[in-house]
Formats: sequence, structure tokens, C-alpha cells
Amino acid sequence: MNSARRLRLRIFRITVFLVMGAFFLVPIGAMFEFSTRGNSLTAPRTLDTWTAIIKVPDLVQAISVSLQLAVITSVAMLALLLPTMVWVRLRLPALRRIIEFICLLPLTVPAIALVVGMVPLYRWIKINVSESILMLAFAYLVLVLPYSYRTLDAGLASIDLKTLTEAARSLGAGWGTVMLRVVVPNMSTAILNACLLSVALVLGEFTFANLLLYENLQVAILYQSFVSAGTSIAVAVAALMFAFVLLLILSFVGRPRERVARAEEAA
Amino acid sequence: MVSSSSGASSRPSARAGVEVRLEDLKRRYAGVTALDGLSLTLAPGELVALLGPSGCGKTTALRLVAGLEETDGGRVVFGGEDVTNVPANKREIGMVFQAYSLFPHMTAMQNVAFGMQLHRVGVAERRKRASDMLELVGLSPHAHKYAHQLSGGQQQRVALARALAIKPKVLLLDEPLSALDAKVRARLRDEIRRVQLEVGTTTLFVTHDQEEALAIADRVGVMQSGRLEQLGPPMTVYSRPATPFVASFVGLTNRLNGVVRDGAVEVRGTRLPLVQTDATNGPAVALVRPEAVTLAGEGDSTPGPLNGTVIATAFLGATSRVTVDLGDVTVLAQLATSDAAAHPAGTRVRLALRPDPVLIERDEAAPDHG
Ligand SMILES: Nc1ncnc2c1ncn2[C@@H]1O[C@H](COP(=O)(O)OP(=O)(O)OP(=O)(O)O)[C@@H](O)[C@H]1O
Ligand SMILES: [Mg+2]
Repeated sequence: MNSARRLRLRIFRITVFLVMGAFFLVPIGAMFEFSTRGNSLTAPRTLDTWTAIIKVPDLVQAISVSLQLAVITSVAMLALLLPTMVWVRLRLPALRRIIEFICLLPLTVPAIALVVGMVPLYRWIKINVSESILMLAFAYLVLVLPYSYRTLDAGLASIDLKTLTEAARSLGAGWGTVMLRVVVPNMSTAILNACLLSVALVLGEFTFANLLLYENLQVAILYQSFVSAGTSIAVAVAALMFAFVLLLILSFVGRPRERVARAEEAA
Repeated sequence: MVSSSSGASSRPSARAGVEVRLEDLKRRYAGVTALDGLSLTLAPGELVALLGPSGCGKTTALRLVAGLEETDGGRVVFGGEDVTNVPANKREIGMVFQAYSLFPHMTAMQNVAFGMQLHRVGVAERRKRASDMLELVGLSPHAHKYAHQLSGGQQQRVALARALAIKPKVLLLDEPLSALDAKVRARLRDEIRRVQLEVGTTTLFVTHDQEEALAIADRVGVMQSGRLEQLGPPMTVYSRPATPFVASFVGLTNRLNGVVRDGAVEVRGTRLPLVQTDATNGPAVALVRPEAVTLAGEGDSTPGPLNGTVIATAFLGATSRVTVDLGDVTVLAQLATSDAAAHPAGTRVRLALRPDPVLIERDEAAPDHG
């Protein structure tokens, strides 16, 4: 009976895996297939559209800008959230609910409403601060807040923050040292997760950039599709694969400490 | 070097420790007074145990000394220097916490070296002192293990080594043994004492386990509701409790009605000398230790006020605690197990009270001593 149950579970698991796999991979496969078609149905397979990516300056520019935005957003997110969350947990526990509410708020507001609210702000920024697309990082910070908050909060909950920080302080560590040498290393997985989620979100973002009149990767893909559908699809697949690989890394980055320990035990 | 093996009352004098003074410390949390004017001076190199029931403010006192919590009044002085407003990381304290507190991403060795690194101790010196410290707590073979590969007792020993490695002015221990089982606890507490004597650091040790406090400390401070009830050597606190609270908290106590007359209290026909020599005549409750009660078979003796029936025996190892019903009151007697075996439950026995000085308590809240 037990083995029958296990078999059924196994079959169920494989089925789910296959269905979900197909759900994700078929569209990507189809896109890839489309992007490698030649000019006619009978033409041989070609990677022309892929090599064309680097020949379109607008696309290259957009890719670079989106990557920069992803990095800036992640760093800003960490710099803003991590110390705040640690401080609130240690010193102002009463504020925790409020902070959580604020951080999760963007999730409940439709992107379009958010953008419309930001339009006047960005008009002002463009005139008074800078026209650089990197200013989008502010908007993206709001966008990634809920996901990063959740991830970091789970990471903080998994360590005995109070005791560890107090132990470090009793040993002579100032707050900076406490953050960098005690808190960060002990929640590296959560921090990495938060960063990867932010990167994936920023790389896939279209609405904000488009409505605020910036040309990021997704907007550039759209413009490119008017010129050459093949190339735009190739870029889209590349971006998707990039995000996919990032998320894959995320699920494989276990707790490094445990792996080290296991390796030591084996030796 | 001063030898320190001559018992708990000897003070390692010519050692590295500094004098630590807590002056009238106060701390209030929303509505709760956790510390209500605690004053305590630790001699250099002395180990003082703070003992008291849960919630009496022991941890709060320790955290104020550590600087992890701000005071609402009073001062903390290390070796003549007022550190009340110095932040925790500048106070040069070593602390071992009740919860396991090793940094999970570092090995035992790295944990011990961490504080020295922050104190800018050179690499070679750091490595040497870290292995010395691990050696001191008997963990050299485990130097390269991570916290989750160590047992609870081993983790607390590493934490002790880590706290001592920075050569702190003051060592603060907050129930470091409470998460461990009884056997490990007894062994580790002796080890803490040995290490503390060897290093000579002034130490404040918090516990709610009276046996632990009495076994390890030069002096024991008994606390209640944020105040110090009594401070003295373990022997004194146990055998000469200053207040009824101390008497009932440290060790078990029988409360027997009696009458004070001419400087002694008469309990059920036995005259017992008093601790409070200035007590006025009149009815009072005498606090009698179980080990001051002895049993004899009733035999053919005439009925008396100290004759009763054994109703239960609790086996504690070498000794046993026997509960005797005297009709109007039950009395605990602590005897050698072999003696207790002669009086199984249900047998009639005759009690005797050893004439040790006892404390009395008065029912009517009249002030019975100045
Ligand atoms: N952060 C806090 N906020 C509010 N009240 C607190 C806080 N810390 C301690 N208290 C209160 O202060 C009093 C003393 O607490 P403390 O932790 O010092 O007790 P303790 O003697 O260490 O007890 P235990 O033996 O249970 O550890 C308690 O009544 C407790 O409820
Ligand atoms: Mg406590």
C-alpha cells in the first residue's frame, strides 16, 4: 500500500512537472523556432536574426540600459530595505506592521495607476534633475519593493537577529560591522533571492518605461518588432532565457554553509 | 600567583579584573518596573551570581551593565570609570547569552577570533589566542566545526571562549546553562568557574537555579521585584537568610507556627534560637529548613505535638525528602536515603527539630525589626 502510494505520488509529480514544463517551454520554443526561420518557408534555418541583435544600436543600448537599471535597482533596494528592516525588527517592532503595509502597497495598486501618478513627477525630474533613463530606477524601486520585502523578511525571520547582533556588539562591533559581517552573511540566500527577483522584474518591465517615455529593453523590443519581427523575437527569447537562468540559479543556490559542512563531513 | 583552589570564599585578588559598580540602577518598561534601584559592587576578579525568580529583573540588570539597554537612572562604573553612556561595543565586556549565539557562518575558531579582529589584534596573535581559548574550554579538536555541528554545551563553551578572547573588563553570563540537561549543566558550571578563576575576570552570573548560584559564586545576590534582597557568600545566604523571601526562595522551608519568647521561638514544644535577635514576644511563623528536621520511629512514646504519619517520600539520590503529616500541618524532612528507608509511607514517626537559628515571619504586617 505504501509503495503504491509512493508510485502514485511519483506519477502525480512527473505529470505536474511535464505540464508546467510544457506551459513554459512551448511558447519559448515556438518563439525560438520563429526567430530562426529564414525568409520563406523553404529557406534553411538561420541565426541571422540573432546575430542581427548586436547590429542594431538601439537594441544594444536598451539591453545595456536595462542591465544597468537592474543593478541600480537591486543595490538601492538592498541599501534601503535591509538596514530599515533590521532596525525596525530590533528597535521599533511596533512599526513592523506599518512598514510591511507600505512595502506591500505597490502590489495592490495597478501598474497603470502607479504610472499615471508618477507622470507629473517624472516630468519634473526630466526638467530639473536629469533626462537619463537611469532615473527610472526610482519607479522600479517601488515596483520591486513588495517582492524584495517578502523575501528579506523571510530571511530575517530565519536567524536569531537580536541575539546575533547583541553578541556582535558585545564583541566590539559597530552597527556597520554588524550589518556587513553578521547580518548579510547569514541571510545571503535571501539577499540573493531578492536581487534576482528584482533583476527579473526590471528586465521584463514595459509599462512604466513606455508610459514615462523611456526606451528600455522591452520598449526597444516592441519598436524592433515594427522593423524586423524575427530580431525582436530573438531578443525577447534571449531576455526570457536570461531571466530563466537567473531564477534557475536562485533555486540551486542552497545554503552554502550546509554544503561546506557536508563536504567536510564527507572528507 | 595566588592560588585559587581554597574554596568558593577565596577571592582571586591579584588578578586582571576591575571593580564593577552598579549604582542605584533603575529601568522601567511601559508600566513595569524591571529594576528598582539596584546597587551592587563586584570586587576585582569576583564572581557574583544574581539569583531570583522569573521576571525579577536579572536579565535587565545584566543588559544595563552590558549597555544593550539604556538606564532610566543610576550609574554603571567599571574600575572607577563611568560607562553609563558608553555604547555596548565600546564597553569592553564579554557576554554569554541564554540563547545560542554563535555566528552560524563561522567556525568555532572564527567565532573566537571575530572579537579580536574587531579589536585589531594581529593575525598571528589572534590565531594563537583563539586556539589557547579553545584549549581552555577543551574544544581544540572542534575548532573547525560550525555551530550546527556542535552540541549545545559545546556551543556555550565556544561562546565563553569567544567572550574571554577579547580580554574583557567584565564577563556577563545570562543563564548560559539553562538550555542544557542537568548533567552537562553541572559539569559546565564547574568549568566556567575554573576558567573564570584562571583568567580572573570580574564576572556577573545570572541564574534562576539556586544550586548553580550557590555552587559557583563568591557571593550570591538574591533579587526580588527589581531589588536586591540579600547579598552575601553562598553559605550565609543559605544558612542565614536575611529575609523570609530569601529563606523560602533559597532552599525549601517549612513554615511552622510558634511563639517568640525571650529571644527564642517555641515551636511545638521545641525552643529554637532566632536569627532576628531583636524580635518582640508574641506569635510568629518560624521558617525551618527540611534538613533541620530529623525522624525517629514512634516506638512506645507518648503522643506529642511532633508525632505524625509519613505520607510520601521523594527519592533525590543520596538524600530523600519525606513528607510527614502532623495533623494540622505537613512538614518536609530531608534525610540520608538510608534513614528515610526506615520510615516508609504510612508509618508513625516522631520528629525532632535541630536547634539551628531560624528566621521568623509575622502574620500581622507589624514591623518586627528596625
Ligand atoms: N523589552 C521589554 N519590554 C517590556 N517589558 C520587559 C522587557 N524586558 C523585560 N521586561 C519586563 O521586565 C521585568 C524583568 O525582566 P527580566 O528579563 O529582567 O527578568 P529575569 O529576572 O531575567 O527573568 P527570567 O528568569 O525569566 O529570565 C519583567 O517583568 C519583564 O516582563
Ligand atoms: Mg532572564
